[in-house]
Amino acid sequence: MLIIDLWKRIVIWGLCALGLALALPNAFYSRVESVNDAQMAIEMGADTPENQAAAAQWPSFLPSGLVNLGLDLRGGAHLLAEVKVSDVYDQRMKALWPDVRDILRPERATIGTIRLQNSPAGELHVKIANADQIQTAVDLVSQLSRPIASMTGVGQQDLSVSSQGDTIIITLSEAEKAATDDRTVRQSLEIIRRRIDEVGTREPTIQRQGADRILIQVPGIGSAGELKELIGTTAQLTFQPVISRGSDANAIAGAGNEILPSLDQEGVFYTLDAAPVVTGEQLVDAQPSFDQNGRPAVSFRFNPTGARKFGDYTADNIGSPFAIVLDGEVISAPVIQSHIPGGSGIITGSFSVEESTNLAVLLRAGALPAGLNFLEERTIGPELGADSIQAGKIACIVAGIAVLFFMVASYGLFGVFANIALIINVGLIFGMLSLIGATLTLPGIAGIVLTIGMAVDANVLVFERIKEELKSGKGPARAIELGYEKAISAITDANITTFITAVILFAAGSGPVRGFAITLGIGILTSVFTAIFVTRVIVVTWFDRRRPKTLEV
Amino acid sequence: MRLKLVPAETNWDFFKRWRIWLGISGVMMVVAFVSFLLQGLNYGIDFRGGTTIRTQSAQPIDVGQYRAALGSLDLGDTIISEVFDPSFGPDQHVAMVRIQALDGQESVSAAALDQALVALQQVAPDLKFVAVESVGPKVSGELIQTAVIAVIAAIGAVLIYIWLRFEWQFALGAVIALVHDVILTIGVFSELQIKFDLAIIAALLTIVGYSLNDTVVVFDRIRENLKKYKKKPLAEVLNLSINETLSRTMMTSVTTLIALVTLLVLGGDVIRGFVFAMTWGVIVGTYSSIFVASTILLWLGVKRDWSKPNAEAGTSVPQQ
Repeated sequence: MLIIDLWKRIVIWGLCALGLALALPNAFYSRVESVNDAQMAIEMGADTPENQAAAAQWPSFLPSGLVNLGLDLRGGAHLLAEVKVSDVYDQRMKALWPDVRDILRPERATIGTIRLQNSPAGELHVKIANADQIQTAVDLVSQLSRPIASMTGVGQQDLSVSSQGDTIIITLSEAEKAATDDRTVRQSLEIIRRRIDEVGTREPTIQRQGADRILIQVPGIGSAGELKELIGTTAQLTFQPVISRGSDANAIAGAGNEILPSLDQEGVFYTLDAAPVVTGEQLVDAQPSFDQNGRPAVSFRFNPTGARKFGDYTADNIGSPFAIVLDGEVISAPVIQSHIPGGSGIITGSFSVEESTNLAVLLRAGALPAGLNFLEERTIGPELGADSIQAGKIACIVAGIAVLFFMVASYGLFGVFANIALIINVGLIFGMLSLIGATLTLPGIAGIVLTIGMAVDANVLVFERIKEELKSGKGPARAIELGYEKAISAITDANITTFITAVILFAAGSGPVRGFAITLGIGILTSVFTAIFVTRVIVVTWFDRRRPKTLEV
Repeated sequence: MRLKLVPAETNWDFFKRWRIWLGISGVMMVVAFVSFLLQGLNYGIDFRGGTTIRTQSAQPIDVGQYRAALGSLDLGDTIISEVFDPSFGPDQHVAMVRIQALDGQESVSAAALDQALVALQQVAPDLKFVAVESVGPKVSGELIQTAVIAVIAAIGAVLIYIWLRFEWQFALGAVIALVHDVILTIGVFSELQIKFDLAIIAALLTIVGYSLNDTVVVFDRIRENLKKYKKKPLAEVLNLSINETLSRTMMTSVTTLIALVTLLVLGGDVIRGFVFAMTWGVIVGTYSSIFVASTILLWLGVKRDWSKPNAEAGTSVPQQ
């Protein structure tokens, strides 16, 4: 019969109240946002009176979760970067040469002289004089290989050593490549995060996507170009011995050497030993500063290992130049004046203050292990986002009013009931979005408007059913009961199928489209809830009070 | 006085001209398909790669001047079009500049964008880039693939769900109706050359969801009536079911259309294509759930005796 248990009523209204309370902060978006910012600042230790005052703008007993606005509504930059994972193979091979040389040198009596060949990227070719002893050499080099420490590559070695005539060919094994790729992407992700945190923007999204991609979304940044400058620089800092200085980019470098251009002097090229003495990885700190002549510079400090290597090298090579290399360009190549024991130093070059500050940030955050390719970049200006929100708001309100009016015109009092449920429904959507911290995008707003239109569907199904039952001569109470009972199968089937498409949309889509899938999915859940529970409670309560003899739906 | 979209009691014969309805749908689908083959879709950068720049200025736009300004920059193929929208203010002039993706180049360089801005500011000093989007060819290829997979997966999942809940004839009828809706929507986009991007795929999936919603409600009633009237010819049961649910079908379609048309007019130009696809989809979806899905069902015939499992399939093509 038409009785709903008290506890059920309490649960239903309780859920509505909870949902609406969660949605409430969104009605005061900018105020709650500034309160949340102030609270964050207080937690971070900035407990100033201004922050206290700002935080008191919103009562603390109320929920303060907000719907995140997507980039297309708030403005900001979106980048999809691909990590050039194979860069790392090459670095590993370059760095391996000194070890190979050291392990082969004692055996020169049997294998003859050893010489580094010009090797293709990612490989190391070493030629020995006694080709018949190649197996001995291969075995020796194989000792450098280590077992891989990863879940998938158990029992495999990290190097693959083979021979071709009198040449040893060393590459990373496939298993090691896979393990390296994963490590490279994770490191890149971490370093990008650190760099973005250093400049302190609000709520950036930095996510790994697929095997070798990273998605970066930063709201409020002026353009994707700015973001690219920040994260697109690899900031690989190395200190390499200088062999000679010249002006020919195509001079023959000799095995184990490389020719790099100067950063600020055009037409100047340095021939350097490709194996660095120390790298930026051994830096513990970098700060913008000034040199003796008052020009902008960056001061740095090495960790103990780096400091020792740097100290030893400078002690042994007083009087010869060494080069400070950043991303394949020589910043400067000073002559070592004396032994530098402390592990700290200063990089001078023709920097502007801004450049030195930027370089310090990059060095502090660490170098990206590999370069990045930008596959996709989007910048949305904040004005466009604000216009979109404005248009969306107006459309929502007008659509809402039109639907409300239409429902009353069609169903009279029952239309009013459905409308109450519809309004609660929109509130619940916002409540749910705030609760799960979902992102609202422009298509997401369209999803809400669509839901406003479709949400009445479940109610319409029930009302039409009640009408039919009345027509077939049932009394009002019985008609209402049967109406709900019989409509339920159509409501569930229809909504489950729509929900399936929303789930697929969520799984396959990205960014704005995903935002749409979320609002659509949540809209389906809340509209079913409001139609079969909320409107029902309203109808039953009304029926209990009035006990009408006839029903007009 | 209540508003009534359909009379309280209807007894229209939806199958009297079922050959004509199927014929019309068939012809429309062929037209859509041919248009797609001949003209192709006007793919946005999501699917083709390239860069779009949305510019805004208080000065009226002269597309020729814009083109001349950018022509000297060697950006490759550029298409410039002015955007109109009722929500724009009187001194808000918006243009879209689309730069074709160059081979082997992932995205337009920041320097090229700066040059373009400087060049355009020669024409309109207050001009701003309010949005810049750039998609490399590698990603766009993948996006097409994901989009196609998503649409197929959605239709497949639905096929299975309806098959489980109803019978295979119902599933087939619903899916043919869905394919019909999707093809007609793609046809409209190809015929009118409206920009087809990722958001339109989302709209397509929503249409799939909506059309299905409609179809399932009718099917649900058919299932109920099949149990109730075991002896009635199938065509009559289908007709009765459609007539009984007609009022609901119209109500829901109209409320949804009210919401969508509002959004179409007031929602701004950024999502107009998306909303247009959905509006069209709702109209086509409503039509197809009555005239395509049910007609297919009539044509395939369904199991009549729901009390005993595995009974023979019932009546087939209606007697004329």
